Amino acid sequence: MILLETQQLGVKFGGLLALDNFNLALPTGSLYGLIGPNGAGKTTVFNLLSGFLHPSHGDMVFAGQDLQKLPPYARTLLGVARTFQNIRLFEDLSVMDNVLVGFHCRRRTAWWDGVLRLPDYRREEKEQRLRAWALLEEVDLRDAAQERAGQLPYGHQRRLEIARALATQPRLLLLDEPAAGLNPQETLELMDFLREIRARHALTLLIIEHNLRLVMNLCEHLTVLDHGLTIAAGPPPEMQKHPQVIKAYLGK
Amino acid sequence: MKKLLFNLGGLLLLALCLYGADRFAGDYYLRVLTQVAIFITLAVSYNLVVGISGQLHLGPNAFITIGAYTATLLTLTPAEKDLIFLMKPLVWPLSQVSLPFVWSLLAGGLVAAGFGFLTGFPVFRVRGDYLAIVTLGFGEVVRVLANNLQGLTNGSLGLKGLAPYTTIWWAWGLAVVTVVVVQALKNSGYGRALAAIRQDETAARAMGINTFQHLLLAYVLSAFFFGLGGGLLAHLITTISPNLFTFFLTFNLLIIIVVGGLGSTTGAVLSAFLFTVAGEWLRFVEEPQVVLGLPIPGIPGMRQVIFSLALLLVIIFFRRGLLGRREFSWGDTVRVFRRIFPARLPSSDLR
Repeated sequence: MILLETQQLGVKFGGLLALDNFNLALPTGSLYGLIGPNGAGKTTVFNLLSGFLHPSHGDMVFAGQDLQKLPPYARTLLGVARTFQNIRLFEDLSVMDNVLVGFHCRRRTAWWDGVLRLPDYRREEKEQRLRAWALLEEVDLRDAAQERAGQLPYGHQRRLEIARALATQPRLLLLDEPAAGLNPQETLELMDFLREIRARHALTLLIIEHNLRLVMNLCEHLTVLDHGLTIAAGPPPEMQKHPQVIKAYLGK
Repeated sequence: MKKLLFNLGGLLLLALCLYGADRFAGDYYLRVLTQVAIFITLAVSYNLVVGISGQLHLGPNAFITIGAYTATLLTLTPAEKDLIFLMKPLVWPLSQVSLPFVWSLLAGGLVAAGFGFLTGFPVFRVRGDYLAIVTLGFGEVVRVLANNLQGLTNGSLGLKGLAPYTTIWWAWGLAVVTVVVVQALKNSGYGRALAAIRQDETAARAMGINTFQHLLLAYVLSAFFFGLGGGLLAHLITTISPNLFTFFLTFNLLIIIVVGGLGSTTGAVLSAFLFTVAGEWLRFVEEPQVVLGLPIPGIPGMRQVIFSLALLLVIIFFRRGLLGRREFSWGDTVRVFRRIFPARLPSSDLR
């Protein structure tokens, strides 16, 4: 079953065609990759999918729903979560609070329930806290729960961002360069981790990455962008041999 | 549980102090104490929008004005209105209506909240400096309207002779309610969401938070308390006019919450107290006096100069305000107490 489908998706910034004719059919439960040189339009795709950018043309359909008119928060409620290329954590909040903010969108109680501390609200808080602890356990940040998010080492911040995104209970997780700044050992751990969360949370993953080793070993399918156009798409072994892909990454 | 006991104990202590003041303190001191409470209400709710939610809202004077005028127009009797509205009579049905204080006050809060809801839609289409200008603009619009709608507000003549309904109990009662509500909100999931929005609104949106709804909540809630505070202020001063509620009032509130520490409710309480008391205490510099044998003439406006200097010093040494983002908790009170009166039990020496 196709969870996310884009048809001829594209966006123009004035005269610049940042993305054109982007077609993707993401099956449920798959782990796809989006690669290409810097400036190719990969994060633009994520911004379009998550609602931070309006397309100039084309469609995006998620689980049978047209995403076009939906603002970012509504897309997250539908089940599309993302992380950012430059980590965007709530730096002054604690690690635990960051994850709890992720759960907030799934609240059923209203603000006055919170102010009056009514039983339904209390129950919800307790439940969300328990789930937050479980998520922190998964990313191995349990011990850092009360620390200020801005003070965590880089690798931990990346993990926290993923935990926070998982808290929104997504069906599709868009990861923007999750391995950036990680050493080879950490990268291997990340690969295992991504496979685990996909299984445990029944996720579909779309990953932007520069780390070709990770992408070739982890992803089932790759889409290669260059200057806003799709120059190749297919399973990793094919992409490795594709002349245009080689040219884009290694030059002539 | 401990915290609840401490809180209740604190409230009891407050009630005792208020009772004592009510019975034994002079009128002037009672008035200052009442004013302190009103400013606590205003500052704490202002802090909700500026400190906790991170939006530079420069229009609270609009809501204070609306609350003050609404409450006043409802408490005045038709006979009084006839006398006050010299140039143009008050519109119907307000000219015939007169309600008890409690309902007028509540109406003031609700009308202010209603305007908050309506203006929230245009206001939150923008952010940052633009939001500041839009809210500032709205503050000015309300003042100008109050000055010109002769048949509604009596224009620049203002409304005089209000009954002094505001007692120390009303003012402090409202202050306590405001602090409880704002703190409860701040410590709830919705408060966390507001803090997240302040930190990084884009990330908050990506986490499924409808930031417009949350910001509107803070804005309307604060407008409600501004309205109530305005009503209380009106019935304390017993005379209101449009030039009482200029941007200067907003500016003072801004100073209070910045000095107290943006985002800290206890900081706002402390700062409101200091600001109001210092403002009154510094009146003496405007009277001529003799210092060390030298006669010093009273200079009007000197109060503001010294005030500004004091403010400067506070900000230089406490860059993020007196309390920063922290709250002064009961634990801190105990700690301060222990510092002053260290326990000297034999068992502690065995360590």
